[in-house]
Amino acid sequence: MSPVIPIRSAATEGCSDAPVLRERGQREVFCGLTGIIWLHRKIQDAFFLVVGSRTCAHLIQSAAGVMIFAEPRFATAIIDERDLAGLADVNTELDRVVTRLLERRPEIKLLFLVGSCPSEVIKLDLSRAASRLSGRFSPNVRVLSYSGSGIETTFTQGEDACLAALVPNLPASQATAPTALMVVGTLADVVEDQFMRLFAQLGIGPVHFFPPRRAGAMPAIGPNSRVLLAQPFLADTARALEARGAKRLPAPFPLGAEGTTLWLQAAATAFGVGSELFDRVTAPSRERARGALTRHRATLAGKRVFFFPDSQLEIPIARFLARELGMRLTEVGSPYLHRQHLAEELTLLPAGTTLSEGQHVEKQLDRCRAAQPDIVVCGLGLANPLEAEGFTTKWSIELVFTPIQGYDQAGDLAELFTRPLLRRLKLVA
Amino acid sequence: MQLTLWTYEGPPHVGAMRVAAALQDVHYVLHAPQGDTYADLLFTMIERLPKRPPVTYTTFQARDLGGDTAELFKTAARDAYARFQPKAMMVGASCTAELIQDDPGGLAKALNLPVPVVALELPSYQRKENWGASETFYQVVRALAGPNAPAKDSAREARPAGQRASCNLLGATALGFRHRDDVREITQLLNLMGIDVRTVAPLGATADDLARLGEADFNVVLYPEVGALTAGWLTRTFGQPATKTVPIGALATREFVHEVAALAGIDPSRALADVHSHSPWYSRSVDSTYLNGKRVFIFGDATHAIAAARVASAELGFTVVGLGTYSREFAREVREAAKLYDIEPLITDDYLEVEAKVAELQPELVLGSQMERHIAKRLGLPCAVISAPVHVQDFPARYSPQMGFEGANVLFDTWVHPLMMGLEEHLIGMFRGDFEFHEDAAPSHLGGPAREATVTPTAPVSPAALPATAQKALADWAPDAEKELRKIPFFVRGKARRNTERFALDRGLPLITIETLYDAKAHFSR
Repeated sequence: MSPVIPIRSAATEGCSDAPVLRERGQREVFCGLTGIIWLHRKIQDAFFLVVGSRTCAHLIQSAAGVMIFAEPRFATAIIDERDLAGLADVNTELDRVVTRLLERRPEIKLLFLVGSCPSEVIKLDLSRAASRLSGRFSPNVRVLSYSGSGIETTFTQGEDACLAALVPNLPASQATAPTALMVVGTLADVVEDQFMRLFAQLGIGPVHFFPPRRAGAMPAIGPNSRVLLAQPFLADTARALEARGAKRLPAPFPLGAEGTTLWLQAAATAFGVGSELFDRVTAPSRERARGALTRHRATLAGKRVFFFPDSQLEIPIARFLARELGMRLTEVGSPYLHRQHLAEELTLLPAGTTLSEGQHVEKQLDRCRAAQPDIVVCGLGLANPLEAEGFTTKWSIELVFTPIQGYDQAGDLAELFTRPLLRRLKLVA
Repeated sequence: MQLTLWTYEGPPHVGAMRVAAALQDVHYVLHAPQGDTYADLLFTMIERLPKRPPVTYTTFQARDLGGDTAELFKTAARDAYARFQPKAMMVGASCTAELIQDDPGGLAKALNLPVPVVALELPSYQRKENWGASETFYQVVRALAGPNAPAKDSAREARPAGQRASCNLLGATALGFRHRDDVREITQLLNLMGIDVRTVAPLGATADDLARLGEADFNVVLYPEVGALTAGWLTRTFGQPATKTVPIGALATREFVHEVAALAGIDPSRALADVHSHSPWYSRSVDSTYLNGKRVFIFGDATHAIAAARVASAELGFTVVGLGTYSREFAREVREAAKLYDIEPLITDDYLEVEAKVAELQPELVLGSQMERHIAKRLGLPCAVISAPVHVQDFPARYSPQMGFEGANVLFDTWVHPLMMGLEEHLIGMFRGDFEFHEDAAPSHLGGPAREATVTPTAPVSPAALPATAQKALADWAPDAEKELRKIPFFVRGKARRNTERFALDRGLPLITIETLYDAKAHFSR
């Protein structure tokens, strides 16, 4: 008999060691190109040029729904048969399209060439094209590339790929510079401003948000940088930042009052903020969030929720619903489960939650029907068919497009779940 | 390589999906990477279909490319058959799968499934959605009805005396512009004439129905973009004649009745005598004289654009100043039609080119797709939607066909409604230059610039202008709170301001800070 008695470490609480059902099959999720819809709103002088097929153009326009602008800051360079047959040199064609685009849009400072499934399969080297074009158009325009293809990225991973492509271009911070905080991942401007005020009150600074609102305002990075991830889907970006010397502050994600507190706490600890000051600064916000959540708790407590995979926000949101609103978790599906970045989240997730990664949509629908949840979180392709079967659903894309992070959005996040349930009660058969 | 901001048509496999989703018991296995499932939401969100489209996607990933994507396809096809038990299957590739050349048709054949399997070859880098729908419909019909084809050169048997004539309606699909209501309207019209509609296809047809398409006496082609190719094959194979007239507008519907009556060997006069059509009379009524010569720009799929030009010109008395289509396959027909109005047709799928043309022509009415609706909105022009690409608003809850006599009524209403009403225009003419009835006044029955005026007064109200009680009660806004308020979307900002002020008033707070703003938000959030 072994003399070593296994000791359960503190980290093995909640779902830290929970088994994960890994599935392969049809995935009912968007590809990474979809991230362009919010990224182009965030970086206000950037343009996203997808190099792909008509399907790519149709996808972005369908996912963007009614957001039709005269000339949006995204477009598709549609590869046609001449490009494939080699009659036209694809690189010459791409240069022509980019030149025409930049002549038309002189206000563009940063151009992303975004790879797609077809461009990846024909092995079109967009990083070489980007450096070639950057050489031609600098200093007015910087040209970068990343892949948002469905064969490599799922939905929010498109943002990860985009930000990771920006990292090598961030200026290096001075060795003597003070410790700086970098909040990484797209947040709505209003949420950034709220966090900025809290950081200021805590005496934490300088604070930079990445991506910035303008291409010219890229924050510096170096060994004095402390990275706080605002989104759970930034594996490659975090790795690239760490490779430039930055240190990641492990924390849960700022969803709900608890998540936001622990997230801010991670920064406070790293910047040596005393607990007394931390409590004093955060108390009013925590109290306000608690008040806003109380009403929703009455509707949501005890309700059973099922998550189809979509944005990688599933685990933090499930944690919030379970711990702050008393909801019961059936299955929590995620397209990709990053154990390291989600370690603090998994600890908090109620033990016994079924976790799944990847997707076989038919089998998952079977499990959903068997579980008979009170509310299903799923994509737009599944929502109405499930409603027609009698389920109440919450479109997952709204969780990505709505500001839900921070104390003052905790109530809004809860409301996204109460709204469909209340509607079902309001409508008489 | 083509620079595209917005696209009128999706890729051809989306056309195939429109056929698959229209059919009852046919399943489509699509070799496609992750992300292509976005197309499902077109059906479940735009058309609000209560079922997922009958499509299985293989969802291959980068790591599969070095391995066996063919095996992945076979597994997906085998599983899809086992799960859905369709009466026929369609297999094909999306744009990316086309590049890896796995040959879904050959792979599916090797599975020896006990149902007909139709292999679709839809070249994604050349063709588009409507072509894909047309080709898919043709391939499926050929595969299912082909085995029932009569021997070559055998004469078609005459219909037994006393038996009602019958036809099929061809071309209606899922996600079609008003297809659901057009089918109902034309079916009613044909029934009134004493003609039976045997099969509507693809919309609502089963695999068995498709196999028996050849049994009808003739075919009615509702949407040539999707149905003409199949109708031509049915004519050649089964000797079934097909209609040429698309019954959009009162005039075309009358011609359609005559054409159908000739094919069915019946007298059209009874059906035409029973017609209740308001639009020709409304168009003749005196208030409609103001419609004379209204300059109209028309763009859409070829069928709807050509028909709209005729209705606009001959039935409403408008002047057609622009006519165009994104359907390159039907460019010839649109060029012919444009000659009637002595204008240059615009054949393009470049949205910016269409916008430039509208801006140049400055029409008084735009008839187009949802894309032109956006163009018109930006340019401040009245607009009505006549064609796909579709939008959730193009699936109204009410009955709203474009075809037949009721369709002509719908066209009259929807095209005339965005314009100034007749008597109103008359008054403006009478009181020219009056401060209310001036040329730039918006139609009184529509929202418009007038609404702008009510949105703008966010400028601070001078305290002196307020009654004393209100003046005492209202808290001041701290500059940073005022700034924060401006970050809230304009359409809820007014409410946020009022709520916050009420909140401050109730608590006797003298100054509204950012904290107050969010305290109030938390208080009122529900």
